Amino acid sequence: MDRSRLLPVLLAATLLALLLFPLVGEKFYLQYATKIMIMAIFAMSLDLLVGYTGLVSLGHALFYGLAGYALVLMGERGEVSLWWTLPASMAVAALAALAVGALVLRTSGVYFIMVTLAFAQMTYFFVRDSAYFGGSDGKYLNAKPTLSLLGWQPVDLENTLHRYYLTLVLTVAVYLLLRRVLGSPFGRVLVGIRDNEPRMRSLGFATFRYKLAAFVLAGALAGLAGYLTAVQDGIMNPEQLGWNRSGEALVMVILGGMGTLAGPALGAGALMVLELLFSIWTKYWQLLLGAFVIAVVLFLPRGLGSLFARRRAARDGHG
Amino acid sequence: MDAATLLIQVLNGLQYGLLLFLIASGLTLIFGIMGVINLAHGSFYMIGAYLAFWLTGALGNFWVALPAGIALAVVLGIALEWLLIRHLYQRDHLYQVLLTYGLILVFEELRSLLFGDDVHGVTVPDPLNFSIRLTDTLSYPVYRLAMSAICLALAAGMYLLIARTRLGMMIRAGSVNRDMVQALGINIGLLYRLVFALGVALAAFAGMLAAPASSVFPGMGNQVLIISFVVIVIGGLGSIKGALVAALLIGLADVFGQVLLPQISGMTVYLVMAAVLVWRPRGLFGSA
Repeated sequence: MDRSRLLPVLLAATLLALLLFPLVGEKFYLQYATKIMIMAIFAMSLDLLVGYTGLVSLGHALFYGLAGYALVLMGERGEVSLWWTLPASMAVAALAALAVGALVLRTSGVYFIMVTLAFAQMTYFFVRDSAYFGGSDGKYLNAKPTLSLLGWQPVDLENTLHRYYLTLVLTVAVYLLLRRVLGSPFGRVLVGIRDNEPRMRSLGFATFRYKLAAFVLAGALAGLAGYLTAVQDGIMNPEQLGWNRSGEALVMVILGGMGTLAGPALGAGALMVLELLFSIWTKYWQLLLGAFVIAVVLFLPRGLGSLFARRRAARDGHG
Repeated sequence: MDAATLLIQVLNGLQYGLLLFLIASGLTLIFGIMGVINLAHGSFYMIGAYLAFWLTGALGNFWVALPAGIALAVVLGIALEWLLIRHLYQRDHLYQVLLTYGLILVFEELRSLLFGDDVHGVTVPDPLNFSIRLTDTLSYPVYRLAMSAICLALAAGMYLLIARTRLGMMIRAGSVNRDMVQALGINIGLLYRLVFALGVALAAFAGMLAAPASSVFPGMGNQVLIISFVVIVIGGLGSIKGALVAALLIGLADVFGQVLLPQISGMTVYLVMAAVLVWRPRGLFGSA
């Protein structure tokens, strides 16, 4: 019971802190916090696969990067509206996830890790070597998308503060959506597949379709994160599709605690905040970050999230 | 493409493939026997290359540096297994992924601290410092041929070790049933430590061999890491024979991809991998 009381308090406190942060944060820190929230969305979307469905993907950046590129390419001819470019970019990511998922979900285990990696790397090299996508230099976003309601412009995405709050709203929305999905019968089936797929199949569930649906949803949400990255950075380059980005997201998920949703968001925050702190402190920040990651594995066996859920973890006692 | 160019490309492909085999065989041993997914394997390759650079300078001779480097790599492997890896055998693979990711960061930064971020070179060692002329304009460096020969010799040695010796028998048994081997009175902890050290030494040795043929530079480990994983998956996880076949396949595919399909050369190895896995989802020699 400990965790169910502590978690909402913790989340509310985090939300309050994020809401008030612009009062004290300078522009650089606002932008950095925006990037952290984007990575939190990306990590939560991956947790749906890794933590809840038991599908360890090392190619999740494929969908993230494609959606970002979709926005940049749609915005080539001039100013575009967020109202249609966001759904369109997410649709691109979702369609890619449908096509890739239909193939890769035939494998499992370590082979699944490697086949998702293979598809992401193929796309990475294709984009890197293609003039249409701007090659290895990447492509700039001409202008940030506009967001107007019947002629009124409540949000100006050129404005750092507006981008910050839009990203915050979307991060909360993604968290609530995923909570909702995971609490639904569909989500229970996913967890069942993670724990024992043959049993779910013999219970009559078409597990392949459930896994594919989860893969597509995770891909679309990764696309949302990629879209926001393109808006925030104003540029997309092939590295956003590369295995390093997928690996980074996976590290955030495991570091924070897989299958906890809030944990991976926490993992994204912890990794990026420490990276910033260490890099201010010393030129050799990677050494400290690496040591931190190793220490978490050795001393916090269920990830950072377990700091806030120790009692429940002890009671459940499953791996 | 005339015969001499073709020959050079085939030799390049084989040499790259054999080097990949050295790296990948350690990776597949560590995974197949210990069940550990080791992301830091590329770092061990990098460490080998920097060891070759440092020791050749310090000891004055590449051939002296080589055994010294291997000894250091074995010590490193034993230390890492004892300090870190042995705590992870009973846990989810993903924690091994996370821990070895942390190791990549640590090694990369230590490399930067000790050697800086410049590109270094190791001169080709003496008796092999010449080329064989193939035609008036084309020649092939003997060192690369020697590299391939050394890799082949090691492949044969590993086959004998695993298939023919008592130690190899224990290793094979340990990969099938850890508890049973322990119950038979074999110190499985020590066995795993040896296997891990062997894997580290193989990757570092590959780095040392590669140092004179290419350059020694930051990030060189990450380059080979992913491609070695591709090799062991194509070959079938845990299969040394599979790693050899897959490494040669990937080496040739990569070299000929660059010659014949330069537009999509980066994609060729992944296309090969996707094709193989569609045909055989467990890799060429995979069993489980």
